[in-house]
Amino acid sequence: MFFIIGLWRNEKSRQIILQIFVLLFIGWFLSWLAGNVASNFSALGKDISFDFLSIPAGYDINQYLIEYNSRDTHLRAAIVGLLNTGLVAVLGIILATVLGVSVGIIRLSNNWLASKIAYWYVEFTRNVPILLQILLWHGIIINSLPHPRSALNIGDVSFLSNRGFYIPKPILENGIELVYLFSVIAIIFAFLFYKFSKKKQELTGVQYPVLWINLSAIIILPIMGYFISGMPVSLEIPVLKGFNFVGGIHMSPELSALTFALGVYTAAFISEIVRAGILAIDKGQKEAAASIGLKPSKIMKLVVLPQARRIIIPPLTSQYLNLTKNSSLAIAIGYMDLVATLGGISLNQTGREMETMVLVMAIYLSISLSISAFMNWYNNRVKLVGR
Amino acid sequence: MKTKMILAVATAGVMFAGSALASTLDDVRARGKLNCIINTGLAGFAAPDDKGNWKGFDVDFCRAVAAATLGDASKVSYTTATGKTRFTKLAAGEGEILSRNTTWTFSRDVDLSQTFVGVSYYDGQGFMVPKKLGVKSAKELGGASVCIQTGTTTELNLAEFFAANNMKYNPVPIETNSEAQELYKAGRCDVYTTDASGLYATISSFDNPSDHMVLPEIISKEPLGPVVRHGDDQWADIVAWTLRAMLAGEELGVTSKNVKSLASKDNKNKEINRLLGKDTLQGVTKLGLSPDWAVNIISQVGNYEEVFEANLGQSTPLKIARGANQLYRDGGLYYVPPIK
Repeated sequence: MFFIIGLWRNEKSRQIILQIFVLLFIGWFLSWLAGNVASNFSALGKDISFDFLSIPAGYDINQYLIEYNSRDTHLRAAIVGLLNTGLVAVLGIILATVLGVSVGIIRLSNNWLASKIAYWYVEFTRNVPILLQILLWHGIIINSLPHPRSALNIGDVSFLSNRGFYIPKPILENGIELVYLFSVIAIIFAFLFYKFSKKKQELTGVQYPVLWINLSAIIILPIMGYFISGMPVSLEIPVLKGFNFVGGIHMSPELSALTFALGVYTAAFISEIVRAGILAIDKGQKEAAASIGLKPSKIMKLVVLPQARRIIIPPLTSQYLNLTKNSSLAIAIGYMDLVATLGGISLNQTGREMETMVLVMAIYLSISLSISAFMNWYNNRVKLVGR
Repeated sequence: MKTKMILAVATAGVMFAGSALASTLDDVRARGKLNCIINTGLAGFAAPDDKGNWKGFDVDFCRAVAAATLGDASKVSYTTATGKTRFTKLAAGEGEILSRNTTWTFSRDVDLSQTFVGVSYYDGQGFMVPKKLGVKSAKELGGASVCIQTGTTTELNLAEFFAANNMKYNPVPIETNSEAQELYKAGRCDVYTTDASGLYATISSFDNPSDHMVLPEIISKEPLGPVVRHGDDQWADIVAWTLRAMLAGEELGVTSKNVKSLASKDNKNKEINRLLGKDTLQGVTKLGLSPDWAVNIISQVGNYEEVFEANLGQSTPLKIARGANQLYRDGGLYYVPPIK
């Protein structure tokens, strides 16, 4: 008895005892929840089974990156949805990063008008809920663009309508292998030239315009291959046939609205992260760099950005995660992502709400953890190495 | 310390709530109100009027069950559900009846562990298009963008119809009927497909209904009816016989106008006597209902014909013909088991 009181009076052991109790309570609560689900399910005469994944889904999906028709299984429908989630997340992350970094730098510029416009953009977008922005973009595309029969015609090859954007689709023909070969050669050349010029600079101090030479090699060589092999790429141009355009690459209003909304919204947060990262670098660093004669562009590239990157990456990671998770709001405008397929129509057709929801959550969790793992790896590469 | 107490009390409360196991009828009587799950808004079936009261065919069925069980048709509280959430809401106990244009299918009945108690409306899936599109048949819809409500049988019918006719289409999935109307009006889709009754309801709510038409093809069977949870046979019987009493009312000529006088006298047709509680109907007390249950239904809500005509018939903007929804003697599909 006295022993227990003694343990309680000791601050360190008291903390451990409290933590054990909290842990026990959480464990009990979780097992109670699971038991409750199990007993409610058995009361309703339901079991937990994932067999439904192998039966035909029976519904069509309007955007598929892998072959899909209504006779494929629920599992394949879920994968189609997952790929659609991936597509909008990747497009959104690219848009958000480009826009966010630009706006972040513009806000720091000395141009009063540019910096104010960037300021208002950030304040407006990040203070309006993302769901409303998605609905707004969707509404704009659907209501302000014309019907396909009177679509905006861009040079007779691309069309803009309220059914989405249609652009020509490249069709690869015989002889395309030469273009691939020249591309590979260009990339190998660029890599070797980079190594060579770096060594040269270390030995002699002579600098080559590496970026420009490599960029031109990567662009010019495949174009040469294209002409030498007799132009083996033709374009499939979208044409109006019946109700809609047929052929070409189609970007639906739902995908466009979701990409714009997620990109523009997340860019506002990224711009603030970038601005904070750059401002966090001590002024003395720039002055020291300038004093040894570096040009402003070199100061940014060699002194400021490498240090700012360390500050920027952790919060940037969480913005990428947010964007990916926010893409599940797709359901509001009927974009067929993972939530709409597996967690929506499949759930409804099979009535397996527990199983589908557990799967959807597990998939989102693994996507988030993978993004997080990749960004942590990158962060470790660029972080300050203790010497 | 205080927060821990609250947590403990809350947990205990949840546990007790979970362990209460009374019959559905007892629950409804104890509460004094029937909880009914209805559509988020579909003219003629369930839509709020200008005073904010829910009106419609499906709503009237909820009221009929309240009249049978509680003696007062007004004692209903409504919960709305989309096509997707309806079964989950019913299973979670948010209502005792799902009265929301729900199609009776094998797997919904068997695999989802629900009980379909009967058909209150024989429907079928159709297509509606703007007249200026110049389409006369659903077979001409190859390549069209089609708006569909998700979580319904319609998306399966649609996939099968287009595959069977070797046509491609572009499905545009939407959550509710009102969103579908917005997209259809904005021209996001060429065609809207749902049960024919829903199409008539949608067209009737447009500013210029004559610019739109329903195509002649009906591509599926959609027997719509009320649904209850599996496992309480007494409650399923109550809901089933409420529907049958309304149909029997029409068959026997008992209307909301004459029900009171018919109930107070001895009728030649003894089935009327049994329906209205004048003669003993074996088993009514076993069902937990009072002998005047059918009088309450018909006097407060009406018989099937009255409810149909008031919400969907020729006097309403929907102007839906009775068609298959007539009694068998008039050429329809309703054949009511005898009230014996």
